[in-house]
Amino acid sequence: MKIKLWWLTFSPLCWAGHFLASYLTTAIYCAKFASPEGDALPVRIAVAVFTIVALSLITFFGVRSLRLHRRGDATLPHDDDTVDDEQRFLGFAALLLAILSGIATLYTALVFVLMETCH
Amino acid sequence: MNISASQSALDFAGKGAERIAELFYWMTGGAIVIWIVVIGLAVYAVMSRRAHPVRMTHWLVIGGGAVIPTITLTALLSYGLAMLPELQEPAPKGSTTIEVAGVRWWWRVNYLDPSGGRIVTANEIYLPVDQPVEFKLTSEDVIHSFWIPSLGGKIDMVPGRTNRLKLHPTREGVFHGVCAEFCGEAHAQMRFRVVVTDQNAFDEWLETQSQASKSSSEMAEGEAMFLSRGCSACHTIRGTSADGMVGPDLTHFGSRLSIAAGVLDNTPQNLARWLVDTHGVKPGVEMPAFESLSGEEVDTLVRYLGALQ
Repeated sequence: MKIKLWWLTFSPLCWAGHFLASYLTTAIYCAKFASPEGDALPVRIAVAVFTIVALSLITFFGVRSLRLHRRGDATLPHDDDTVDDEQRFLGFAALLLAILSGIATLYTALVFVLMETCH
Repeated sequence: MNISASQSALDFAGKGAERIAELFYWMTGGAIVIWIVVIGLAVYAVMSRRAHPVRMTHWLVIGGGAVIPTITLTALLSYGLAMLPELQEPAPKGSTTIEVAGVRWWWRVNYLDPSGGRIVTANEIYLPVDQPVEFKLTSEDVIHSFWIPSLGGKIDMVPGRTNRLKLHPTREGVFHGVCAEFCGEAHAQMRFRVVVTDQNAFDEWLETQSQASKSSSEMAEGEAMFLSRGCSACHTIRGTSADGMVGPDLTHFGSRLSIAAGVLDNTPQNLARWLVDTHGVKPGVEMPAFESLSGEEVDTLVRYLGALQ
């Protein structure tokens, strides 16, 4: 499989989607449906599901990127005008972005681990 | 009581500010750790002349540039987030509840009476020490932000919605409060004073604030001038026919520490200056300058307002 430049954006998009889904769900639930005590259990369950989905996708993109990076014989720093260099470079960059996106997604989820109410 | 007002979040006098100060010091420590590791490795890379195994250089770059900063940031994030549930918790039922509305460029303050009434004041907030207090915050025009750095965190005041904030003062004293969201020309002069006292002094103050102003024969001339000069169109003085709502309630103006929303100390000289040079003191303020008042009239008004204890 040959990857395009778009491949770089997939993991960060998962992170952005997870962030938006988490905060929009929380904002709407806490504003419209939360009890006076502000119990946020349904939101925390929803965010747990979002996190599992997002991390699964990011892991998938990360693993595929690693495989692409390992394919071929092009040597560092992958800046020759060849398909091999391009693919190894894109694979490595996408892998780093996947790691960054995974950590950022966990940071977003951490808020919901430690915040038990809507207050 | 210490009357030198503080405006430092690190000179804490409340539980919220104390936790924020702790977080600040831990974050500073974390930043120093990251800085030393990253810059230390960079300097080592520049200075070192001997060759290193490739595997080792990879680990130094990944470990020093990514792993250690990430672990440090994760620890700081967890530490900071763990503070929030306690700080965000509402004050227990029965706690003093204060509604504050931001108005360009002053503060309308209502103490909620347990019987359902409101005790109105402005630009000055008294709080009992060692008691949690619940604030209900809103805005009458643009977005403001309510912040008493020495007592706790800040929170936006948004038109059309009520945000809440719990503060728990732990030390008596006078503290500065500020608007922390740019809100127009006199934003930097939208301030207030916070007086933290013991419970008895607080109860006494609140009881006084709930009363109408006391009038006397010496105040009659000033009151008449206040009404005839149109001040009552904007200001309320309970106990008189002045019932304007555009500007701050002045019922107990004489007992306040400052004028013009925390801009000047409440002295006769400053008040006289405020009346005739309003825009010189606070550019953009809606109150007109009463330049047409004679010196004698200004003195009469200053005496009257100062007598509103």
